[in-house]
Amino acid sequence: MNLSKFFKNAFLVMLACLVLSACATKKVQNQMQGDVYTGTETVEYLASGVPDRVFFATNESVLTTASRDTLRKQAEWLRKNSKINVVLEGHADERGTREYNLALGERRANAAKDYLMTYGISANRISVISYGKERPVDSGSNPLAWSKNRRSVTVKAN
Amino acid sequence: MIKKIKLSIILLIIATAQSNALIEVDITRGNLDPLPIAVSPLSADKDTNEKLTKELKIDKVGQEISSVVENNLRNSGLFNPLNKDAFLQKPNIAHLKPRFEDWSLIKAQALITGKVTLKDEKLRVEFRLWDVLAGKEMMALAFTTVPSNWRRVGHIITDKVYERLTGEKGYFDTRIIYVAEEGPKTKRIKKLAIMDQDGSNTKYLTLGNELVLTPRFNPTNQMVTYLSYFRNLPRVYLLDIETGIQEVVGDFPGMTFAPRFSPDGKKIIMSFAMDGNSDIYTMNLENRIVERITNHPSIDTSPSYSPDGKFICFNSDRSGYQQIYVMKADGSKVKRISFGKGLYGTPVWSPRGDLIAFTKLHKGKFYIGVMRTDGSGERLLTENYYQEAPSWSPNGRVLIFYRETKTDSEGKGFSAKLWSIDLTGYNERMVNTESDASDPSWSSLLSN
Repeated sequence: MNLSKFFKNAFLVMLACLVLSACATKKVQNQMQGDVYTGTETVEYLASGVPDRVFFATNESVLTTASRDTLRKQAEWLRKNSKINVVLEGHADERGTREYNLALGERRANAAKDYLMTYGISANRISVISYGKERPVDSGSNPLAWSKNRRSVTVKAN
Repeated sequence: MIKKIKLSIILLIIATAQSNALIEVDITRGNLDPLPIAVSPLSADKDTNEKLTKELKIDKVGQEISSVVENNLRNSGLFNPLNKDAFLQKPNIAHLKPRFEDWSLIKAQALITGKVTLKDEKLRVEFRLWDVLAGKEMMALAFTTVPSNWRRVGHIITDKVYERLTGEKGYFDTRIIYVAEEGPKTKRIKKLAIMDQDGSNTKYLTLGNELVLTPRFNPTNQMVTYLSYFRNLPRVYLLDIETGIQEVVGDFPGMTFAPRFSPDGKKIIMSFAMDGNSDIYTMNLENRIVERITNHPSIDTSPSYSPDGKFICFNSDRSGYQQIYVMKADGSKVKRISFGKGLYGTPVWSPRGDLIAFTKLHKGKFYIGVMRTDGSGERLLTENYYQEAPSWSPNGRVLIFYRETKTDSEGKGFSAKLWSIDLTGYNERMVNTESDASDPSWSSLLSN
C-alpha cells in the first residue's frame, strides 16, 4: 500500500525532526541560563583552570555566581603573577544602539574590575576598554550568539 | 583637502513672485502625488562642449548637470521628472521661449531650462524655472564657477527650484559624513568617509588602521567630531576636513564618546566614562573649558542640543531602562519625555526645533521615529531588524540613518547600509555608498 507507506515515512521523518529539534533546544539550554551564556565554546584560558571571560544578561552588568567564581580564579592567578597587568575589554551584543552599548561595555568591564579589586588586585594593574557592539565573537543573529557577545574579557597587557 | 568653493551668483531676472503661480508642491503629505516636472537638458554650443569634454573628461556637461537635478528631484519624492524622450522642444529654443502647449501636452506642470557657456576658463550656467500651466517664468538665475564644480551647480539649481516650489529651503548642496565598513562582522574595518548628498564624490578621511565611529558635522563649518580608538584609547577627536588636521578633544582620563557640536559650533557635547559610569560633559573649543552637565550613577549618553542651544536631549537608563530625557543646557530641570513601550535611544533635535528623532527598540524590532520635544505625538516612521542613529537634513525634512541585516544560521550575510526617509514616513530609500556604511551625519547647506 503506497499510501500507508507514505504515512509511515512521513511519521518517521516527523519523529526524526522532533528528536533533532529536542536535541537542538537542549543544547541551547545547556549553554544559557536565563539569557546568560554558560557554555565554554568561546572561552580561552589565562592559565590552566583560569577562564578569561565572564558573561552578562541583556542590558545588565551584574556579575553572576559563575562570573564571580571566574573572577576569583583570575584574582588568585594575578596575585601569583604580580608582574602581569591586564586589560578588561567590555562588550555588548548587537541589539542596542551604538553609543549606549559603548557605555554598557564600559560598565561591564568596570564591574569585573571592581570585583578583582575587592580580591586584592591593585587598580593600577587593571585598565579598562569598551568596544560596545564593535567586536562580536559570534556573528550570528540569534539569542545564543548575542549571549556569547555580552562579555568582559581579561587580556594580558604585557 | 577639499577646497572651499566660491560661487558667484548673479540674479538675472527677479522672479515675479507676486504672479499667481498655479503650481505648488504639497509637502505636508509626502510623495503621494509628486509634481510632474520636465528637466530639459541644459544647452551648450559645440565649442563649449569640446572644451569642457577635454577638461572634465565628460561629454555634454549640460546633460550631466540636468541629470544631477533630475535625480535630486526624483529622490526627494516630491517631484516626478518626466522622461526626456517625450520632450518636443529643443533645449536651446525652450530656454529662450518655451512652447507651453508642448510641455503641457506631456503633463509637465513645471519646466527647467538652461544654458552652459565657458568664458575666461569659468563655467557659466544659467537656468530658468517655468510655470507651464500659467505660461510664466518663475525664476531665472546664473552661476559662474570653476568647471570642476559642475555637480555642485546641479545641486544648487535643485535647491533653488525646491525652495521656489515648496516654500522650504532645500538640502541638496550638502554632504554626508559616515563610517565606511568592510570585512567580516567580527573584524570590521572602519574608515571615515565623506560624499555628496547624492552619493557621488566619495573621499576617505582615515585609512582604517584604527576603529572610528559616530562622525558628526559642525553645523557652522567643515569641522567634524568623531570617536577614534587611536592607540587603543577611545577618545573624541576633532578633524578639519579641509586641512586634514586632527586633535584629541580635552584631556580625559577615560573614554570620551557620543560627541556632537552645539548649534553655534563653539562647543562639543559628549559622554565621558569614569569608573564605569558615563555622564555628559561639554568642552568649549575657544577656551578649552570643560563643564560637567550631568552627574548621575546611571548611563547618560547621546546628547543633542536644541537649535537655539537652550536645551539638551539625551539618553539615560536612570529609570532602569534606556529612555529619552530633556534638560536645560546647564543640566538643570531634567525631565523624562519618552513613555511608550520599549527602549528609546539616540535622540536628535530637529533643526526646526519642534521634533526629536529617535531609535526605539520594542519586541525585537528597531524603529526610527519622531516625537515632539515634550514627548507627545510619537510617530514611528519605519520598522526593521536593526536600524538606528537618525540624522536630520539641514531643512528638517528628511532623516538619514543606517540599517544592519540579520545574518543567516551560519552567521553570514551581514551588511550595513545608509537609508533615508521623509519626515512623513514616505519615500524610504537606500542611499548608495561605495562600500557598506553606518553612522551618517548630514552637513549644513554649503551655500545659501
